[in-house]
Amino acid sequence: MTTDTRVILICSGKGGVGKTTLTANLGISLARQGLSTAVLDADFGLRNLDLLLGLENRIVYTAQEVLEEECRLDQALVKHKQEANLSLLPAGNPRMLDWLKPDDMKRIVEMLKEQFNYVLIDCPAGVEDGFKNAMAACKEAIVVTNPEVSAVRDADRVIGLLNTNEIKPVQLVLNRVRPKMMANQEMLSIADVTDILALPLLGLVLEDEQVIVSTNRGEPLTLNSVNSPAAKCYLNIAKRLQGEDIPLIDPSKESTGFGAKFRRLMQTKIF
Amino acid sequence: MTLRDIINKLLRRQPASASTARERLQLVLAHDRSDLSTELLDQMRKEILEVVAKYVEIDMDEGAVSLETEDRMTALVANLPIKRTLNGQIKFIEPSNQLDENSQEEEITEPNS
Repeated sequence: MTTDTRVILICSGKGGVGKTTLTANLGISLARQGLSTAVLDADFGLRNLDLLLGLENRIVYTAQEVLEEECRLDQALVKHKQEANLSLLPAGNPRMLDWLKPDDMKRIVEMLKEQFNYVLIDCPAGVEDGFKNAMAACKEAIVVTNPEVSAVRDADRVIGLLNTNEIKPVQLVLNRVRPKMMANQEMLSIADVTDILALPLLGLVLEDEQVIVSTNRGEPLTLNSVNSPAAKCYLNIAKRLQGEDIPLIDPSKESTGFGAKFRRLMQTKIF
Repeated sequence: MTLRDIINKLLRRQPASASTARERLQLVLAHDRSDLSTELLDQMRKEILEVVAKYVEIDMDEGAVSLETEDRMTALVANLPIKRTLNGQIKFIEPSNQLDENSQEEEITEPNS
């Protein structure tokens, strides 16, 4: 039994910014570090975490059957094929639309805390009941956002709700960073986003086509393609979560040569 | 302002979109965070101006009240230019006789209680 389990909500407000991809990759990375990790898919209406982890055909039970004592917890947990330290628990299936209440969430997380170092909760999009249920059992949160106005605005709503519910620490992951666009000042900069949201930056993730390839295969990047740009970012985030001091990638240094030098010159602040 | 912004200005090109995004976000978030509509803000602006105008002469058309946000702290910022007399003094209005709006300093009468 572990006593100091970290229960982390991964949320964003807006859909499609990369919550589930981050959950899957963080889960794999933490498990790789020898930490027993459970990923809980709180988005049971539109669940996808199973698909990203390649476990969609192995789900038999969900948290609902566990709570109704139709099965034991270890029967519902789906162990990852390659990474034995990682288990997936779907909260429910799409047919049962509103059985889950904040108290159900608390009960299932209490059970998971008995045997895991980390419980990562993949939050549904939105700020309504699904979000409130998912938030009920967590102590800390990671807010994922993209350097786009709509994603930042929605992240701000979510941060406000996390603050009123006294969830802390709340840290930021800036996803889908395009260094070239940032250098051309055609994309919100890292400082823009962290200033506006006023959150500590846990990490940034570079835009990477390999993410789509990995989703196609159901194998998170951190599992087999550890050298891809995004995979390195995810691994760094997992290490920082563990308290390691890993410096942030500087997107402006990602490209070299004359073009990059020129773009850096153009970013010089005059006043 | 960066070097790129200056060059864009000189060439009369549109500014790089990141700064537009930043400005739009700051404005929309100040309102999101306060749940205050533009009508309410305008109403509040008028009332604040009226209250201040009881005490000092201010430029009613210039006064601006806005929400500004920094570090998740939202502040209500009122910018009320005060009219000055010819010798540079601030024009105070004696608070006593509200009904007699045209009365000047010499004509102030004690209110009868």
